[in-house]
Amino acid sequence: MEDINIVIGGAAGEGVQTVGAVLAETLISQGYAVFAWQEFESRIRGGQNSYSLRIGESVRNAPLMQADILLALNDGAAAKYHGRLKEGGVMIGPSDKRDPAIVIPFADLAKERLESGLYANTIAMGAIIGTLDIPLETLFRVLLPRFEKKGEQVVSKNRRAAEIGFQMAEEKCRDICPWRLPEREERYHLIDGHEAAALGAVHAGCRFVAGYPMSPSTNLLTFLAKEDERFGIFVEQAEDEIAAVNMAIGASFAGVRSMTTSSGGGFALMVEAISLAGMIETPLVIVLAQRPGPATGLPTRTAQGDLLFAIHSGHGEFPKAVLAPADPKDAFHQMVLAFNLADQYQIPVIVLTDQFLADSAFSIADFEVNGSAPEYHLADPAGIQEYRRYRITETGVSPRLYPGRSRHLVGVDSDEHDEFGHITEDVEGIALDMNRKRLRKVHGLQKEIPPPTEYRLTSARTVFVAWGSSRDAVLECMDLLKNDGFDVGLIHFNGVWPLPEYAFPTGKDYVSVEGNATGQLARLLENEYGIRIDRHISRTDGLPFTADYIRSRFHE
Amino acid sequence: MSDIKAFNNKVGIQWCPGCPNFGILQALKKALAELGKAPHEVCLVSGIGQAAKLPHYLNCNFFNGLHGRALPAAVGIHCANPSLTTVVTTGEGDCYGEGGNHFIHTIMRNPDITVMVHNNEFYALTKGQASPTTLPGEKRTLQRKGVEKAQLNMPAMSVANGCTFVARGFAGDVDHLTDLIVRAVNHRGFSHLEIIQPCITWSKRPVSWYRERVYKLDADYDSSDRDAALKLLLEQTEKKPIGVLYQTQPRKTMGARFRQTITDRPLPELKPIGAETIQSALNDYRPD
Repeated sequence: MEDINIVIGGAAGEGVQTVGAVLAETLISQGYAVFAWQEFESRIRGGQNSYSLRIGESVRNAPLMQADILLALNDGAAAKYHGRLKEGGVMIGPSDKRDPAIVIPFADLAKERLESGLYANTIAMGAIIGTLDIPLETLFRVLLPRFEKKGEQVVSKNRRAAEIGFQMAEEKCRDICPWRLPEREERYHLIDGHEAAALGAVHAGCRFVAGYPMSPSTNLLTFLAKEDERFGIFVEQAEDEIAAVNMAIGASFAGVRSMTTSSGGGFALMVEAISLAGMIETPLVIVLAQRPGPATGLPTRTAQGDLLFAIHSGHGEFPKAVLAPADPKDAFHQMVLAFNLADQYQIPVIVLTDQFLADSAFSIADFEVNGSAPEYHLADPAGIQEYRRYRITETGVSPRLYPGRSRHLVGVDSDEHDEFGHITEDVEGIALDMNRKRLRKVHGLQKEIPPPTEYRLTSARTVFVAWGSSRDAVLECMDLLKNDGFDVGLIHFNGVWPLPEYAFPTGKDYVSVEGNATGQLARLLENEYGIRIDRHISRTDGLPFTADYIRSRFHE
Repeated sequence: MSDIKAFNNKVGIQWCPGCPNFGILQALKKALAELGKAPHEVCLVSGIGQAAKLPHYLNCNFFNGLHGRALPAAVGIHCANPSLTTVVTTGEGDCYGEGGNHFIHTIMRNPDITVMVHNNEFYALTKGQASPTTLPGEKRTLQRKGVEKAQLNMPAMSVANGCTFVARGFAGDVDHLTDLIVRAVNHRGFSHLEIIQPCITWSKRPVSWYRERVYKLDADYDSSDRDAALKLLLEQTEKKPIGVLYQTQPRKTMGARFRQTITDRPLPELKPIGAETIQSALNDYRPD
């Protein structure tokens, strides 16, 4: 079958997200791969938001803009999104404005037949299930347990509401809906990038997280706060991002794996402390969920605009690592890597996500814990005679103990310091050596950064370069271009600093694909590898890359 | 009682000779010995400023972090390992100025730590600019025509916002200050100890001016009376009472729920949750 794209549009607070999430779970239960992404405005009520579900027999975690089925929960949504309906597509709407193929007055029906407008969304869900010719029982298995706590009457009314929607859609669908989705054997994981990143952090042994709410980073913090008892993690909402990052550094100094999360301006506030972590050589993991800037920018949209900012964050010079996962599975494993690297090299590690990765639900065929495990690099206090926190070593890595673990005393200082961590201004005697010691760590660190992944390089004359969460859209675009007669490859980076040793194939035309205006990855690669990037495909409107978008820019 | 000499170290002290900070350093060592602490059980946390250099001059664990950010770092250290005795040594510029927001929220959060605020009424390390506690009208190196802002009253802020231990000491009375530090550390919850620390280099007034104006609270002063404490703290007078200004029943400290319902062990001792739990959590995302 060809992938089906369903777009659900509605006002903030109207339940777009709930309708979408329940349908996504239902489709997963029916054995299909689903990719769900959302775009919404920064407001609690009103506006028009959308939730898109891409349904297929195999995994394709990239958004489609054109809708096969458009579910408009109100007339405003019909007006805003009807342009996205494909030829031959079917719109389901609440009234005959914009002329939907299937008119179901969700709220009026709910009030008339179930005595409450609250059941409108369940009618809408039933309608979609009817349109796709899926048995209602599959929906009930996902939907009804959500209402069990509210009592039998609420459950049975939801059941009735779904039936109403289902029947109305089925009747009107007969001649116009070509879709049939029989149950399949497969069962995919459906998970968003930040849930996976949070689980990766927990797997890595993270026991302390402090953060300040800021879209699109907040859901990571919320998830851990909700699950704190299950995962034994201390979650603190700080008064600001400066406090959050300093709390995480304090906790890490005290010996526990710790992290903080933020976005845009919140991350900007953390920058001084990133330098602190570099100076006092205390492990720190920061998840930076990108959104369009500058300043407050577009708070609920996506971007890849903070690559160079993240890499250069912090005054002075010190080693740090920056990772950029491509999807939730990658995010899970990269979080473990982030904690391991932070621990091994005693450095700050930034994990770059974005609103698209944070809020989209991806289908994953085999999501196994295996493949990464926490690795600890603390020194053994028993083997130490006189402890020097910053002993000058060949690798640059000094033995790390934490306070209270033994009788050895641990001291750290944001000033330049001697081997014991005490302030010094003895430049020739120790300060220069200390700075060189810190900087030496980069040689070992560079070898630990994952090399870029190559796709279809041998035959391609033109090669895309991309990083982070845009990978699957680029890969899909390569398929489209192949049909257009263009053989295009991809070099994808999920480790972006320090850049690993890598030999770019010669004789290719390189095209960067990035969610920023200035070609930040391209500039980085040109600087570090001495290659030339011939063209840039950028996207800065707050929406994620799609295969169609890249393709049309490619042909320009 | 432990050996006070254990807290001595050989780091060269960078304060001006004769600085009252030496008195505070001595009082802290005496208090830690009186509390029976060993150096490895103590963690001093500071930001930047003259007071913030103190952790280097006392043999124990220390975290000398960023200007204004000592409190959040101390909060993180305390959350990770409540069995450490965490004491913040800071100046009013560091803690009330640059880190004022953190101070307010630490009062509310109520971690079981002690903050010692060395109040010399201006910025000393940066050579004499006004601080939040400089007297209005006083001319400072950056306020050449006199300070135009009101004076910050952080002890009153503490009393008003749920801090359960607020005290004031005088760097020139080491024994009295020692006793206050012991009581502050012993008090469960956030203990706010402000210390009058006259600067002998940049102050307009000699140490004797301060000595003449501090007085010990009467034995019959009821430090559990919140209204009396606030009244005392809000009095517009040059005379400064020293002693425990306010102390009441400890309230729930930061992390109490976590330690009651999840674990009371220091976090660094916990092993990772284990691959099985994580795999089971991942499998929750896949229908049966």
